[in-house]
Amino acid sequence: MALLEITNLTVEFATAHGSLRAVDRVSLSLDAGDIVAIVGESGSGKSVAMLALMGLLPWTATITADRMSFDGKDLLTMNPKQRRAIIGKDISMIFQEPMTSLNPCFNVEYQISEVLAQHFGGKRRSYKPRVIELLKKVGIPAPETRLKAYPHQLSGGMSQRVMIAMMIACEPKLLIADEPTTALDVTIQAQILELLVELQKANGMALVLITHDMAVVAETADRVVVQYAGQQVEQRSVIELFNNPRHPYTEALLSALPEYAKEKTLNAIPGVVPGQLDRPVGCLFNPRCEYAQDLCRQQPPQKSEGVLCHYPLPLKAGSNSHTEVIL
Amino acid sequence: MFKFFFKRLLVLVPVFFGVTLVAFGFIRALPGDPIEVLAGERGVSPERHAELMAQLGLDKPLWQQYLSYVGDVLQGDLGTSLITNRPVAEEFFELFPATAELAICAMLFAIIIGIPAGIVAAVKRGTLVDQGIMSLSLAGYSMPIFWWGLLLIILFSNTLNLTPVSGRLSFLFEVEPVTGFMLIDSLLSDEKGAFKSALHHLVLPTIVLGTIPLAVIARQTRSAMLEVLSEDYVRTAKAKGLSPLRVISVHALRNAMITVVTVIGLQVAVLLAGAILTETIFSWPGIGKWIIFSVFSRDYYAVQGGLLLIAACVMVVNLIVDLLYGLINPRIVH
Repeated sequence: MALLEITNLTVEFATAHGSLRAVDRVSLSLDAGDIVAIVGESGSGKSVAMLALMGLLPWTATITADRMSFDGKDLLTMNPKQRRAIIGKDISMIFQEPMTSLNPCFNVEYQISEVLAQHFGGKRRSYKPRVIELLKKVGIPAPETRLKAYPHQLSGGMSQRVMIAMMIACEPKLLIADEPTTALDVTIQAQILELLVELQKANGMALVLITHDMAVVAETADRVVVQYAGQQVEQRSVIELFNNPRHPYTEALLSALPEYAKEKTLNAIPGVVPGQLDRPVGCLFNPRCEYAQDLCRQQPPQKSEGVLCHYPLPLKAGSNSHTEVIL
Repeated sequence: MFKFFFKRLLVLVPVFFGVTLVAFGFIRALPGDPIEVLAGERGVSPERHAELMAQLGLDKPLWQQYLSYVGDVLQGDLGTSLITNRPVAEEFFELFPATAELAICAMLFAIIIGIPAGIVAAVKRGTLVDQGIMSLSLAGYSMPIFWWGLLLIILFSNTLNLTPVSGRLSFLFEVEPVTGFMLIDSLLSDEKGAFKSALHHLVLPTIVLGTIPLAVIARQTRSAMLEVLSEDYVRTAKAKGLSPLRVISVHALRNAMITVVTVIGLQVAVLLAGAILTETIFSWPGIGKWIIFSVFSRDYYAVQGGLLLIAACVMVVNLIVDLLYGLINPRIVH
């Protein structure tokens, strides 16, 4: 049995202009120890889908799914209290902005020991040795001296390490990292990713990495989900995906990487992800797709071979040009 | 922390001189002088007037009067009342506990109801509960104190006969003033029922005086909470699996309190100003009534001293607020 099973997850937000479908029939299945990357542009519903899983969406969101289960427990029928017993313990999540994700009014020790006391009971103070151990684990030098530090005294990279320490404190079975390196310096980005993968291996936890950085995907993930405008357009192993993208959007994303720029300008994808009011008829990607045909503009495609496209790109034999450049 | 405290203390020095200057100037800017007021409608001959003014030292140039006043104040002498001939400080501190008791009760009333009301409104944003709380608070904020006081007297004292109309204690009791706080003194005394009577007398003035601060605190708490509840760290707190109560009352409220505490500090000044009206409505024997009387009788030293001491109270409260601020918000002290 898979650790996490999501089938046809849909998230809709009630807005002043009617309902907005931010996530559209997304499915994901994860086993213990898997590393899955979810990629896509801003606004493609990557974070929203994972926040829905965590139960962290605001009350304006309506979440529906055929199935959403974790470790054999049905998340859909669970009451909030039962879900809170899992959140932060077995499933935890780290966020994009480490500087604002820590509470400015509490010190590092308080914030980390709080989650331990919440899930394992006992006094916060009794977890001090464990907090030091965790800080050491995430690579914070001289952790004893950092216990009483407040978030404003920490750098971005340091804050993200504290966040990670906090979220792996209860040794979760699944860690969701929502663009964990976007707000950080390039040199720190690599360190944080390395740390996440290291922890993933050491604890044997599953890792979902939300990112829009294809290089990060190539370096860390086993499997990739490509999301566009709330829909999953392609889902496959990382080597297959880089070797032979089947969806035109995936291909466009890959060729937008600076490594592939043959001329002075980058191969950007024209246009933006459609919003609530400018959803195209047919395939959602058709206005930006260079292969779009009449059928694409009239009918939404069905998923076949893991690709949501009327005319998936052909399977290539033996070519691995993309992976060579990246890896 | 000590350095922080000392810095705050230094800021008070210019404020102190500013207050003496304003108090000194304000009462002299009013037409009439103590002698004219004392003489009343009979009037007083110009020669006699000049003689009496000279006796009081009020014939000297203003700057001389001011300097000698500030000199006295710096030595701890606030002067002597021109009407009662008693030291101003003595009169003030005799009446101050009554005002302090009322102000403290009103502030507690405002905080104990205002903060939870603001939190509930923020958490239930957009619902009927939120709209109800916010409408009530707007009404409370806009209500003129004297009218609100009269309405409450009509309802609770006249119609329902639940509370007394005026004073601090029923005439049936005689309580030895030990602390000057009637609630404490009545408890210390042997008189049975005195505490209950003191409490009954406090209810209406507390509500009247506390209404505006209550409304302001509720609104400020709501907006501070709304802002804080959408912060990333609140999402983090939820992601830790903490209960909604803990997320709101520990993670969100602590941050929201930074603005709310400031507002509470500012409301203390509003409260002391409101005390003057409230004390007049309920015949509450506090400094509010006393200072009004002093202004009407042009009792220069009483008004100057009273205003200075009230300003000192506000300054002390704001100093405490600044210190609290440092305790709540680690970014300030560190």
